[in-house]
Amino acid sequence: MARAVTTNRKVVSTVFGWAIAILIFFPILWTILTSFKTEAEAIASPPSFLVFDWTLENYSTVQERSDYFLHFMNSVILSLGSTVLGLLIAIPAAWSMAFVPAKRTKDVLMWMLSTKMLPPVGVLVPIYLIFRDIGLLDTRLGLVIVLTLINLPIIIWMLFTYFREIPGDILEAARMDGASLRDEIIHVLTPMAVPGIASTLLLNVILAWNEAFWTLNLTAANAAPLTAFIASYSSPEGLFYAKLSAASTMAIAPILILGWFSQKQLVRGLTFGAVK
Amino acid sequence: MSLRTSALMGACAVMALATAASAETTITVATVNNGDMIRMQGLTSDFEAKHPDIKVEWVTLEENVLRQRVTTDVATKGGQYDVMTIGTYEVPIWGKQGWLVGLNDLPESYDVDDLLPAIRGGLTVDGTLYAAPFYGESSMVMYRKDLVEAAGLEMPEAPTWDQVREIAAATTDKANEVYGICLRGKAGWGENMAFLTAMSNSFGAKWFDMEWTPQFDSPEWKRTLTFYLDLMENYGPPGASSNGFNENLALFQTGKCAMWIDATVAASFVTNPDESEVADQVGFALAPDNGLGKRGNWLWAWNLGIPAGTEKEEAAKAFVEWATSKEYTELVAEKEGWANVPPGTRTSLYENPAYLEAAPFAQMTLESIEAADPQNPTVDEVPYVGVQFVAIPEFQGLGTAVGQQFSAALAGQVTAEQALANAQTLTEREMKRAGY
Repeated sequence: MARAVTTNRKVVSTVFGWAIAILIFFPILWTILTSFKTEAEAIASPPSFLVFDWTLENYSTVQERSDYFLHFMNSVILSLGSTVLGLLIAIPAAWSMAFVPAKRTKDVLMWMLSTKMLPPVGVLVPIYLIFRDIGLLDTRLGLVIVLTLINLPIIIWMLFTYFREIPGDILEAARMDGASLRDEIIHVLTPMAVPGIASTLLLNVILAWNEAFWTLNLTAANAAPLTAFIASYSSPEGLFYAKLSAASTMAIAPILILGWFSQKQLVRGLTFGAVK
Repeated sequence: MSLRTSALMGACAVMALATAASAETTITVATVNNGDMIRMQGLTSDFEAKHPDIKVEWVTLEENVLRQRVTTDVATKGGQYDVMTIGTYEVPIWGKQGWLVGLNDLPESYDVDDLLPAIRGGLTVDGTLYAAPFYGESSMVMYRKDLVEAAGLEMPEAPTWDQVREIAAATTDKANEVYGICLRGKAGWGENMAFLTAMSNSFGAKWFDMEWTPQFDSPEWKRTLTFYLDLMENYGPPGASSNGFNENLALFQTGKCAMWIDATVAASFVTNPDESEVADQVGFALAPDNGLGKRGNWLWAWNLGIPAGTEKEEAAKAFVEWATSKEYTELVAEKEGWANVPPGTRTSLYENPAYLEAAPFAQMTLESIEAADPQNPTVDEVPYVGVQFVAIPEFQGLGTAVGQQFSAALAGQVTAEQALANAQTLTEREMKRAGY
């Protein structure tokens, strides 16, 4: 029987939940509000919250100065490209580790995770040299490869966790019915793992969208995504907070909207298997 | 005509067109996000009109990101950029490494002798000019005339540190959130250490002696740091250990600081009525001294350099020449007014009455720049070049590590003595490791 929850407790937990949510969302809200202020209002003390002269001037300046569409398209191509490529590699890898584990599978998983512990700047120069020699600097292809590689451990780990929850008996039954390995993965495993794959996909798109080390260091004029677009408005010498906020809002808007619409999938995927 | 012949002729025509198109050179310019650079970006069409065969692509990045980005590229000869915006810190190091194209062959019409000697000196290694200055800056005192006057005091044109302390004490009104002095406290070699290294020069301190032995255990450094901490603790704004240029600019513009010692480039911001609440009350003075012959002001310039190994050297040179020429100054003046021309690079600009009239801070900027000598930055002789930095590759890491110690002292986490002792130890260790 479900425990009776008093109204008081409900109110307290609701208020608490909202307070935490607002606290977390506040910096983003502040960025959005600042993007509609003038530069002078952006630094005003005490700051004005909602009562100020709303202006779209920053957006038009940003639009005038930079090619938002080029950066946006690069972000879309990089995040989707690296996610699709990553999934193509990770699904078979996670399948083999979940259903046909070998003696060293756990070690392999830990080793994969350990690659995430290396500070990226430690391998910047070697990767830069390799990219220079094979002509991948400032290309979308080069970045898709790098982003796939850096996110691959996380994709494999997530998929491995989901796949482990799927009873091996079902796959075995499919095999008994004469399904080939390909059929087994495509027609039996994948449909059952759709929520897990979907949330992995979404998380990876977000990670790739926000990646700001490699996307800044390996690009110049052609393949730079929205992270470089934001970096072009930040300045240690000069107050351009309103313009920086406008550029940031434009950069995060697509992913914010995507996250908003897919939050159910995301939460479901992330908590999948947490409660049995 | 057979189908095959027409196809062949068509192919030839396409190839001819493609060759014609490829005669156009595209150069990529990497730059920082500040007002003067953005203005230059807006005027690119003038350059492209004068050089129809050259197209310019811009990559604008935040200063620290740009530094990391262009350093990787120039060191690996990555060839991503044809023109790079670099500071006076990088030019001598990169020039010595052979990473930059020498610019001694600029045409006579460029008038290289017109460049301010202090700035030009910092960009020259063994007689070769390795970058052309786009704008130059020093640091100076910006103060509120109304507050100083209300306190019954007067700001001398060349104040001493004791006079600065006296004015700071008299103008501080913490109840009304007005602080006598705002100075950088945020850790970083280009943040608090730019200020403190320049300040230490006027106290007779130095980073290294002639044997490259760190000098943080000297009485001069102790005097510098305790004076700074005392000034900031008593008359500075709260939370100053996280204040950099931008934070202090915001404080000054909103009327919370009576004095601010920082980059001369700030003068155009604080006197702009669209941005600043105190625009009509700002006065300027030289950075303070202690009567030892050196002032506490720095010298910096953003310069355009060409990485060695670029395949488009000619086009890149044409661009650098255009962007740092006298004609460019006139172009900006014509389109946006004299107050907006990039300052601090050419003598002729400071002889131009139109400029002197439009920019009330011009004379003080020039005097500040001329008061700094990167070749002889300190009271005693030192083995290094650079006023607010030491032009060795290790300085970025060292400066930031020492800056963290001094920032921690400002935040009250360590004492001045501890901060200096830590700075001495870590500098000794790093210099030993680097083989000095």
